[in-house]
Amino acid sequence: MKVATLQSDIVEALSLPDLCRFCQADETWVIELVEHGVLEPIGSKSGNWKFVGTSIVRAKKARRLNRDLGINTAGVALVLDLLEERDALLRRLAQNEIH
Amino acid sequence: MDFKDYYKTLGVSSDASADEIKKAFRKAARKYHPDINTGADAEAKFKDVNEAYEVLKDPERRAAYDQLGQEPPQAQGRYQPPPGWDSGYEFSSGGAEHDEAFSDFFETLFRRGAGPTRGMGAGTGQGSDVHGRIEITIEDAYRGAERKLSIRSPVVSPNGGVTMQDRTIAVRVPKGIAEGQHIRLAGKGSPGLGGGKAGDLFLEVAFAAHPVYRPEGKNLHMDLPITPWEAALGGHIIMPTPDGKVDLRIPKNARTGQKMRLKGKGLPGTPAGDIIATLKIVNPKVETDEARALFEKMAKEMPFDPRANLGGTKR
Repeated sequence: MKVATLQSDIVEALSLPDLCRFCQADETWVIELVEHGVLEPIGSKSGNWKFVGTSIVRAKKARRLNRDLGINTAGVALVLDLLEERDALLRRLAQNEIH
Repeated sequence: MDFKDYYKTLGVSSDASADEIKKAFRKAARKYHPDINTGADAEAKFKDVNEAYEVLKDPERRAAYDQLGQEPPQAQGRYQPPPGWDSGYEFSSGGAEHDEAFSDFFETLFRRGAGPTRGMGAGTGQGSDVHGRIEITIEDAYRGAERKLSIRSPVVSPNGGVTMQDRTIAVRVPKGIAEGQHIRLAGKGSPGLGGGKAGDLFLEVAFAAHPVYRPEGKNLHMDLPITPWEAALGGHIIMPTPDGKVDLRIPKNARTGQKMRLKGKGLPGTPAGDIIATLKIVNPKVETDEARALFEKMAKEMPFDPRANLGGTKR
């Protein structure tokens, strides 16, 4: 079977409905994440929000943690902060361990 | 098809209560969750644990599974369920809230002749999005690349049942993509129903571990070894980067741990990332008389005490 190479694009920015679809979540849940400071959209009102870069990654992680482990929004916010702190420490550790 | 010991996976005995099973599952799910556990086999373990729980949490499925016996028949080493093993048990198949397929064992026993799963009801509708992961090298991200990818996803067959289908797709990895970003392949998710639009395929990008570079967003961190005389005298050195060789000026009296920023030499884009090189002074191994003489000359003629600030008494 011949496989055609597909055109693909990088997901750069998502609107609120796009992010909901992307995470298979509803708007209330996404808005709650914004209120907890987990996601930082560009734009003043939810109608023109744009989610970029780390917000997309964090939203997806948050959704997985919520779905798989039943963690609520406050808990997800804390876990994500701690995970980022841990990853930064692991990077520094890796840097000091080399050679 | 291999037999799966779901009790062993969850670390419970075969007469464990529903509460014990739930507790064991929650504990294991936290431990092996791929967003928390960065170990290489965490994802597979997490999937196993979920599969085991998917069966054992449901009394009907658990009873049907127990009927199979704890140990697989040894014949030919391949597991075949006895005919009629599930007669008298009714369980709804599917139901897992995960995109990806479970093991062949699970799919054969519990998803056979499955009815439509949630969100895939009959009628017209947009196909669901499919999420996956793709691992690329840092070099791929610099230049862009093409990858062949095998995707296994549930597909609704004409009679309304759900079967797992393997597809091979060629994916163009766009130049300049960073770790954690997503590639979207429009219309390559699950097909739509009754003429509905197909969903999209989203691939989360992960970088394979690299011997030199540690990515952080669009920036790449690295250690840059230099000689003691390059460090002392400064000057230009040629260093390789994924983008080609670059000329880097080392300042006079450079120290180990000093960071040099190579602007725009990180992952491409607007703006491009940087390479952040941490200097590391490396001593040559002294093996010839000439080399030894040079170091002896330094020892004699250079008053330098790197331990001057350690404090304590001198004696």
